[in-house]
Amino acid sequence: MNEEFLNTLGSIIGTATPLVIASLGETITERAGVVNLSLDGSLALAAVLGFAAAWTAQEAGVLDVPMQIALGIVVAMLVGALIALLIGFSSIKLRRDQVAVGFVLTLLAADLARFLGADFTRIPGPQITRFALPVLSDLPILGPIFFQQNVLVYFSYILMFVIWFWLFRTKGGLSLRAIGERPEAAYARGAKVQQLRYWYTFLGGALVGLAGVAYSLNVKPGWSSPPAMQGDGWIALAIVIFGGWHPFRVVLGAWLFAALRAVSSNIQTNGLFIFGQEINFPFVLLNTLPWLLMILTLLIVSGGFTERLLQYMPRAVQHRMRAFLRSDPPKALGTRFEME
Amino acid sequence: MQIELRNIHKRFGPVHANQDISVTFHEGKIVGILGENGAGKSTLMKILSGFQPADQGQILIDGQVIDYTGPTAAIANGIGMLQQDPLDVGAFTVLENFIYGGAEGIALGRAQAEATLDDLSARFGFELDPHQLIDNLLIAQRQQLEIVRLLALGVQTLILDEPTTGISAEQKIILFDALRKLARDEGMIILLVSHKLEDVIELCDEVLVLRAGVLVGDMEMPSADHNLTGAVIAETKQHLVTMMFGEELEAQSREHYDLGKPVLEVDQLLVHDLRLDMQPISMSVQASEVIGLAGLDGSGQELFMRACARLGRITGGNLRLNGDNIVGASYRQLFHRGCVFGAAGRLEEGLIAGLTLTEHTALVADDHMRIDWKSMAKRTASRIDQYRVKGRAADNVEQLSGGNQQRVLMGLLPDDPQLLILEQPTRGLDVDSARWIWTQLLQRCQSGTAIIFNSSDLEELVTYSDRIFVFYAGRVYPVPDVSQTSIDELGHLIGGEFQQA
Ligand SMILES: Nc1ncnc2c1ncn2[C@@H]1O[C@H](COP(=O)(O)OP(=O)(O)OP(=O)(O)O)[C@@H](O)[C@H]1O
Ligand SMILES: [Mg+2]
Repeated sequence: MNEEFLNTLGSIIGTATPLVIASLGETITERAGVVNLSLDGSLALAAVLGFAAAWTAQEAGVLDVPMQIALGIVVAMLVGALIALLIGFSSIKLRRDQVAVGFVLTLLAADLARFLGADFTRIPGPQITRFALPVLSDLPILGPIFFQQNVLVYFSYILMFVIWFWLFRTKGGLSLRAIGERPEAAYARGAKVQQLRYWYTFLGGALVGLAGVAYSLNVKPGWSSPPAMQGDGWIALAIVIFGGWHPFRVVLGAWLFAALRAVSSNIQTNGLFIFGQEINFPFVLLNTLPWLLMILTLLIVSGGFTERLLQYMPRAVQHRMRAFLRSDPPKALGTRFEME
Repeated sequence: MQIELRNIHKRFGPVHANQDISVTFHEGKIVGILGENGAGKSTLMKILSGFQPADQGQILIDGQVIDYTGPTAAIANGIGMLQQDPLDVGAFTVLENFIYGGAEGIALGRAQAEATLDDLSARFGFELDPHQLIDNLLIAQRQQLEIVRLLALGVQTLILDEPTTGISAEQKIILFDALRKLARDEGMIILLVSHKLEDVIELCDEVLVLRAGVLVGDMEMPSADHNLTGAVIAETKQHLVTMMFGEELEAQSREHYDLGKPVLEVDQLLVHDLRLDMQPISMSVQASEVIGLAGLDGSGQELFMRACARLGRITGGNLRLNGDNIVGASYRQLFHRGCVFGAAGRLEEGLIAGLTLTEHTALVADDHMRIDWKSMAKRTASRIDQYRVKGRAADNVEQLSGGNQQRVLMGLLPDDPQLLILEQPTRGLDVDSARWIWTQLLQRCQSGTAIIFNSSDLEELVTYSDRIFVFYAGRVYPVPDVSQTSIDELGHLIGGEFQQA
């Protein structure tokens, strides 16, 4: 296959990584029944604070580069986790509406990020570098696409499998799904519903923070205004829905989205040629392409069609496919749980 | 195992739901818990199974005072409860539900769990497909799964709260056989809350009766070994009713009114369903007529009723209300023309959890923009009186006991509708309440209202219907003469035995 094409695919995977990590984090949180709507703001605030921490360490000349980056990552993850905890706390303890609190926090965090970021605009900081994985990167086709990336990308692969394994192969995963589906049933089986919800909200938020700093230390290093990740928080929320709260599908969704975005931005800069003929139409409309495709896929997946298709599959495959193809949100998503 | 309750008290605000209840349950006994709606049966059972703490009192197991903190602690002490709406996770498979809450550890251990599940199911003749989703199961199967799950957890006492509402007669036989086996062979204690006296008499060794939170009596049931004759059953029933309500209730019967002009005309009506092969249905319902629909759950009667109320899809045929074609109409239009639908799912479709009784009254009141809360409260209070609801106008509906929710639902129906389409109007009601509801309904009939209802209670169908239609797998069979039909015969018809006839 054409080398340039493979490189393009590789860079799509690379640029998709923050979206992948943020969507996976939100998947965990929502599986536990909590919706963290603050993503768009959390990403920005984590990006700017993570970058600030790493850059300050660089300027001060303390730590070596990997440790500067690690510091940035830790700070960013804490930022994401704390914002998420705030939502968890106000919903579980103060009985506020998750959606309302999340929305307010989005705006707040985004503005705070813009304010704090003013001092860091367009200055270079430490950067996460890529390294090819031995052996794997030599694989034909797959190697250049997946295995000549940076450490965050490799981490996102592992994360995807770990979350999948936890959700569907462990008792802890059963509990996680149950507290988001029917907390009363989870309680009746001994799950500490509130405590688990706090924990998964925290974890999901930390991943969102990591996604945020992935922008400022890697995808588009530094801080710019408007910030590089503006709007991506909402996209990540949409990808979770598109991905049916299943880690594999969520990751596929994020990749697909990044690919479509690359296509549309390519057309917008270079124009569209079919058989040497330049085609003209308002290319800005192409920005809606990813969304159109998502809606179409959702329609197909959520119709009775998939259930009928499943009936024709072997029984053993059926239930696995059903979990993969499901499109219902966790039933208790966004609700409070109170024991009698 | 022996369980002793000592001086249990429980209050909900002004309601004293359990008052000084002391009782002992012995090994190997099946005990029925009876009482009117709101008597405190569910409350007592929830206390025993750890879902609610008692305000006062002690629970002793084999002489040891147990102080438990939640349902899992109760299970660890050998007491498990099957809630009326089984507490399972709809998005899980049967196997996942079975595993969840079981042994400690990280790995699921699917293979081993599946073997245990199959073993237990086979022992009781339950048919549970480990890979099926809970959402696709019948209530009866979800109950079976919960029973098997609790057994696997080593439960020695099984509490069942109204397990027979919403399951078919065949499933009931399977369930009762399993319960008998558990009591006789394994010495388990079975506690069964029910409003169906026949069931209790058939299954239980002894019965406790609660009234307004107080334990008012207990009674040994006639042994099933001595063939239960009709006379013995009737006498026991009378006795139980007297204990429950403090008075004898006269035998159920109704007068039949002169029928008026046709209200609803159904002509070769086709309703669509993926699973059922529905045949065209024709019938004509006249003013003052009561039409009973019989059949196992999911035989097509629910689809038919919803189609008539224009809440379900119609794929062919004609439907006329007072002579006007209503195939293209919406339920809202029908409602304004006097056709009212009452859903079986109380909290799912009929009532709105989180709203008070007064707010419900306001919801169904005439379409004025501004709500006159004072008059709504007044109207609610009078309905509470009329329908003898145990609850206050300012209570949220979900706080009421199941039976009282049903009364509220009935109280919300308009006064003089042309046609009432009612799904299981007396589900979960005690005998007295059920009669009360029917008195109310029949009063409306007398003044010209037509009623279509379905029920899994055959006696109710035979007693109150002018005509009965039996649904079986999408086919419909009109029972020739209801007054000449016994409950047994109707039972056979429901099982599909009308094909040969
Ligand atoms: N959580 C609660 N909050 C307030 N009141 C309650 C609550 N639970 C029960 N009650 C009240 O306690 C009383 C007993 O209710 P309970 O559910 O035990 O009745 P029941 O005997 O099971 O009735 P039914 O046959 O209708 O199910 C009722 O008056 C009910 O309104
Ligand atoms: Mg009850």
